[in-house]
Amino acid sequence: MNADAIRDKTAIVGVGCCKFGENWTQSPEDMIVEAAYEAYADAGIDDPQRRIEAVFCGAAYPSRGTAEVAESLKLFDRPVSLVQNYCATGTDAFRYGVFSVACGLYDTVLVVGFDKPKDRGVSGPSVMMSGVRELPATPAGWFALCAARYFEKYGATREDLARIAVKNHHNGTLAPKSMLKREITVEDVLKARMISWPFGLYDCAAQSDGAAAVVLTRRELAKTFRNDFVLVRAVAIALAPNPQSDPTFDFLGWKPTVYAARQAYAMAGIADPRRDIDVAQVHDCFTLTELLTYEDLGFCDKGAAKEHIAAGTFALKGELPVNTDGGLKSFGHPTGATGVRMIYENVLQLQNRAGPRQIKDAATALSHNIGGAPQTCGMTILARS
Amino acid sequence: MIGICSYGAYVPATRLPLALIGGARGEGGPEKAVASYDEDAITMGVTAAVECLRGFDRTAVDAVFVGSTTLPYHEKLAASIVAKALDLRRDVATADYGGSLRAGASALRGALDAVTAGTARSALVVASDCRLAAPRSPLERSIGDGAAAFLVGDSRCIAAYEALHAVADEILDVWRAAGDAFVHTWEERFVLEHGHRSVLIEALRGLFQQTGLGPADFSRAALYAPDAASHQAAARAAGLAADRVQPALFGRLGNTGAAFAPMLFVGALEEARPGERLLFASYGDGAEASAWRATAEIEKLGRRRALGWHLGRRRAIGSYATYLRPRHLEATEHDVRQAPGISATVHFRERDSDLSFRGAHCRRCSAEHFPPQRVCYRCHARDDFESVRLSDRQGRLLSWTLDHFFPTPEPPLAAGVVEIEGGARVYLQLTDVTSDELRCELPVEFVFRRIHEVGGKPNYFWKATPLRDMRSEPQ
Repeated sequence: MNADAIRDKTAIVGVGCCKFGENWTQSPEDMIVEAAYEAYADAGIDDPQRRIEAVFCGAAYPSRGTAEVAESLKLFDRPVSLVQNYCATGTDAFRYGVFSVACGLYDTVLVVGFDKPKDRGVSGPSVMMSGVRELPATPAGWFALCAARYFEKYGATREDLARIAVKNHHNGTLAPKSMLKREITVEDVLKARMISWPFGLYDCAAQSDGAAAVVLTRRELAKTFRNDFVLVRAVAIALAPNPQSDPTFDFLGWKPTVYAARQAYAMAGIADPRRDIDVAQVHDCFTLTELLTYEDLGFCDKGAAKEHIAAGTFALKGELPVNTDGGLKSFGHPTGATGVRMIYENVLQLQNRAGPRQIKDAATALSHNIGGAPQTCGMTILARS
Repeated sequence: MIGICSYGAYVPATRLPLALIGGARGEGGPEKAVASYDEDAITMGVTAAVECLRGFDRTAVDAVFVGSTTLPYHEKLAASIVAKALDLRRDVATADYGGSLRAGASALRGALDAVTAGTARSALVVASDCRLAAPRSPLERSIGDGAAAFLVGDSRCIAAYEALHAVADEILDVWRAAGDAFVHTWEERFVLEHGHRSVLIEALRGLFQQTGLGPADFSRAALYAPDAASHQAAARAAGLAADRVQPALFGRLGNTGAAFAPMLFVGALEEARPGERLLFASYGDGAEASAWRATAEIEKLGRRRALGWHLGRRRAIGSYATYLRPRHLEATEHDVRQAPGISATVHFRERDSDLSFRGAHCRRCSAEHFPPQRVCYRCHARDDFESVRLSDRQGRLLSWTLDHFFPTPEPPLAAGVVEIEGGARVYLQLTDVTSDELRCELPVEFVFRRIHEVGGKPNYFWKATPLRDMRSEPQ
């Protein structure tokens, strides 16, 4: 891999995000239009038909695929592609958008991530029983598999996890587009009904509908859109063996994150993540996922997360604030939208537009998704221009 | 010499305290063994057969005969599923015996006939039943679920076959017509007087007459009976001393239908000493009685879980609804059976792994994988594997969770990653486990179970269960 190939060649000049939630009255078209036109306006684009040369969509369960976005935005006679990569779907769509600009093929492209799980009629994830061995449990059951061993080895408890939920609920109250705006306590988390041990209800991200959009352009053109554009320093995707059958898995952290971080840090030239990253949005589908991610991303040593959680290292006022908008915990997790929503938040942070949750002098921001069993991780590192 | 070379039995761990049926609480009184939500006649039969074949070469089995009144398919063979789960040879003979409470005995007779005729040298017999009576009916209190298995062969028999006498009888005493959900019976006094009592005795007297033996010649007798009183009455009428009759286990096991007399026969074999003569009598649309003689081989048979072990392992279920729910006797909003179901082509491609639980052993680096891979996870060699059976190995639980969200009749569902001896790792559901037993490194073994019923049919796979000590009977 040529770690320098795409660094800082692409700029984000517009971001948009619809309000995430149980959007009963909104269709995918409504959410896509809302997010994309906010991003156009953010970039100062009033003629998207002329400026947007290609569209990269991310959706994990679209009803109509690429046409859903093309028809909503009436963007025809140009490439429209759909990317899927589990929970890293939005991040991977962004990644292809970056490549298409960095290689010089297009000047300006649109990335749209969306999903509408609340049209399925079920609360929580549905369990597809199409085979006999694929799904012995629900996603909570898959992501819980590190808990027993991690707790045993490092002495962490459900209370350490609960503090993550409390932090993210708090941050979510400060984000206008979040779904949940409610402070909770550690006791609320511990007393909630069990979903899959050790995860109670508040340890799990909600299901929600949402869409988010980003306008990308070549660095040289960025100033024609806005002065405070944001540079794409690194994008990464890495797959790892299914942890449920991986013969060398240790149940103490997720390999996909470790692998993707290696790529992203090499691209961005990051040697000490806790020092070099100012703000991070990480995949908190379950509280333990966020805890393990602190360690897998090198924000702290393996096993040390609980001390840092207690010390507030990752709180808004901490040394390295994580999930400043409340994360999946507060926004819910419309799979294809989530990665793009994280980029939206990081761009606001880097442009000093994040209001009461603004991290002072944020110059470098990281986003992270992990998905599947989990087997895949997507990351981005963005920098203030 | 032709006879029985090995035996096995299976009783589900779950017991329904009969008091729960009437709405009362508590246990300690009479109970019956009931299949768990993931068990049926096939899974119970497979587990009994696994015990029966313990220490025997599975590739030597030439035939599988399954006797049951409650096989899950009307059209589709149970014996083929049993043979596949046991990973038997492809040229094994397979047949189901059904339609009668005598189906287990008929399957045993079929095996004897096959070995006698020389069409098989080693024939596996599986008798298994989980009958359904109308909720809160008298019959519901007396019937239970269970299975027995015998290996019939022409050498090294533990019990030599001596003689058999059968009677065919046409009577409407117990029946279940096509489409009926529950077993029907005619009025009890008629059924006992003209059905069980008289016909079973007729078969026993025929056997005595044929062999010149009398009741006093038998050390142990395994007799079918629909209830405890009939059991005593039949033994008395046959002239069998009470201490020579295998206890009928009403209030502990229940009448396990086509598997009942075979299970009691397994109980007799467990205790039999060389030279003892054994009596086996089964009833259903007629009756048949057979005489057997234990040989010196019986003391050489390795330990296996049979009736005694299984009766010692029990877990009372907490509510009558827990019994009703998996039997679809409690209304629910969603019926999982109406989901589209699994693809027959996927089932076809995956049957070696899903039913026989075969994994892949890398010839280059010895890594093992389940399901089998084309490219080795460890050394990345391509297509250099040999197929290995994992079902009869042990494993250890690497990590686990209790999933309260997974749709199962008895939440929460225990699931975890198991490392099987040899290194293959599989994410499996756990069954017959309590939440306080779950811990990392828990030793486990594997059992064949129903994984779900989507598509309106049973879909089978293997589950992990805590490794139970075979020598001591659990309490």
